[in-house]
Amino acid sequence: MNYTVGLFIPCYIDQFFPEVGKATLELLEKNGCKVIYPEEQTCCGQPMANTGMEEVGKKIYQSMGELFKGCDYIVGPSPSCVYHITKHYDVVEQTPEIKHLRAHTYDLVEFLYDILHIEKLEVSFPYRVGLHKGCHGLRGMQLDNPSELMKDIPSKWGHVLGLVKDIQMTELTRTDECCGFGGTFAVAEEAVSTKMGRDRIADHVNNNVEVITSGDMSCLMHLKGIIDRQKSNLKVMHIANILNGDHI
Amino acid sequence: MSIHAKKASDFISNEERTNWHDGALWHVRNKRDISASKIPEWELLRSTASQIKENVLSNLDNYLIQFEEEAKKNGVHVHWAANDDEHNSIVSAILNKHNAKKVVKSKSMLTEECGLNHFLEDQGIEIIDTDLGERIIQLRDEPPSHIVLPAIHIKKEEVGELFHAKLGTEKGNADPTYLTRAARTHLNHKFFEADAAITGVNFAIAETGGIVICTNEGNADMGCHSAPVHIHCMGLEKLLPKAEHLGVFIRLLARSATGQPSTIYTSHYHKPESGKEMHIVIVDNGRSEQLGKEDFRNSLKCIRCGACMNTCPIYRRSGGHSYHATIPGPIGAILQPNRNLQEYSDLPFASTLCGSCSDVCPVKINIHEQLYKWRQEIYKHNELPKSKIIPLKVTTNILASSTMYNIMGKLARTSLKLLPDFLLYNKLNTWGKNRELPAPPKESFKEWYKKNKHE
Repeated sequence: MNYTVGLFIPCYIDQFFPEVGKATLELLEKNGCKVIYPEEQTCCGQPMANTGMEEVGKKIYQSMGELFKGCDYIVGPSPSCVYHITKHYDVVEQTPEIKHLRAHTYDLVEFLYDILHIEKLEVSFPYRVGLHKGCHGLRGMQLDNPSELMKDIPSKWGHVLGLVKDIQMTELTRTDECCGFGGTFAVAEEAVSTKMGRDRIADHVNNNVEVITSGDMSCLMHLKGIIDRQKSNLKVMHIANILNGDHI
Repeated sequence: MSIHAKKASDFISNEERTNWHDGALWHVRNKRDISASKIPEWELLRSTASQIKENVLSNLDNYLIQFEEEAKKNGVHVHWAANDDEHNSIVSAILNKHNAKKVVKSKSMLTEECGLNHFLEDQGIEIIDTDLGERIIQLRDEPPSHIVLPAIHIKKEEVGELFHAKLGTEKGNADPTYLTRAARTHLNHKFFEADAAITGVNFAIAETGGIVICTNEGNADMGCHSAPVHIHCMGLEKLLPKAEHLGVFIRLLARSATGQPSTIYTSHYHKPESGKEMHIVIVDNGRSEQLGKEDFRNSLKCIRCGACMNTCPIYRRSGGHSYHATIPGPIGAILQPNRNLQEYSDLPFASTLCGSCSDVCPVKINIHEQLYKWRQEIYKHNELPKSKIIPLKVTTNILASSTMYNIMGKLARTSLKLLPDFLLYNKLNTWGKNRELPAPPKESFKEWYKKNKHE
């Protein structure tokens, strides 16, 4: 199937991690999608809404609906932002554009798994990799089985990473604890936020991880900030870059 | 800085202690996981419990009336309290009627909420908490830091010192068995000389008028069996329609709380022994108001297992006292704002909205979604600090305009490159206190796309 996919690049990825956007674009194109990138896009409005200012932030929501109205699917490399659109855009008028947006916006990995049913990747990543399961993707979208739930939800992250050659996935002691980023929480509750981050990093280090990967660059930005302060050799890399065959 | 953030920061400043606290609670969470994993129908049990409570909340008036009628038929005195003051007055009147001067009390978060201990102490009544953890914090004159494990923040060495000072145990002896025996001896005296016993209530059964109390120490039973009067204080949401529903809740409660299949004692009280008096005080204290708030009503399903605290990555690292509230942790953060939005407006922000609390909750309260909704309420009620509002309003205006966004983005990236570290890592830059900022790329994705993909 040749889908027309609207590329949704969250604001912080656009500004600070363009390589994640490029990898997402390339992956979609490699897998037969016609990708369009509406250049007027800015942000999904999550930072405001999570701080309680949904009323202020929601003026962005309708424009998101307009921007992506012609696309079969809307795909972005961030479960957190995708979750915000699908879950929290219920507070504006449910125009056909908004309905379409909410029903057809996918996280990149979710799209590769659910829609493209990807079974093969011609890439190699010869490192010991620890998967950081970002909370919105994990518990909000169930891209994996949350450790609290006595269910058997397949791991979409695990599936796509399993297609990468030479990768060594590493088990963690706490498989899915939050990293402590949490948007404005990272600053408002700086002490708890950075303590949570240090603890996550220690878990990866103690299990001999070389590269932490995640679907959410925001978690990785926070973790990398701490790793750099610790002057550690641990690396972080967005899952899109690994799946696209990018090098560290 | 918010009260929670300040108290959390103080707690974390002793990182070794934080690690110990986090580890102790994570251990309890693990025990819960192991226990839950042994029940193939665990998720069905949770849904069933949630639906039973949904029915209770939707028919609460009828169940309350039915419960009162049945309890009265059993010879129980039933009292209604609209708020904490009424609750305390009712309890105090019962005690005065019996000239009770010495009272033993088993664990009850409701009496904590109503401030019963201090109220009675001010009237010259001795009130002794008989749950070991509660007795420890009572001797330290501090509030519980957890609803199931009230003294989880205290190390055994500190208990040794406390008991040495208050109960005369050997100096320096922190052996848990030794200290528990000392507490038992001390409490046994209190049980035998008690004029009245007070307990909380885990479940109240509309069909039978009976109540159920779950403890591990049997202290509720010790109190009720030894004293001539027993008073049971319950929030009005504690009801279950029928006794058969207990089968669902008893299986969930202790497994969720500590990983035990059930508490050591699950005691059913229906009527007083001959010659004794049994009272039940049903308390509203803001609950019916919460029931009227559609987005928040199902917080009243809570059975006080504490699982959301054990799993919460913030609670484990900030300590229960950082919530400055009777009920701490995620459930406290959605219950307390109903009591006083201004006083507790920081609590819904003491979360990353990770959602683990909702996933462990045995009655499936959507805790993290309610935290999000409380944040919106707090902004609407002007309880959000200006330090949050102004930057986000500015940001929204930038984000609402693609042109502004592009200009500001470029400026931010350029300034990150140009500004020396000492300007970025000053006191105003909270991000940089323990973290580096991301290295700014030479161009944004959008700029790259324009150059490379525009045909």
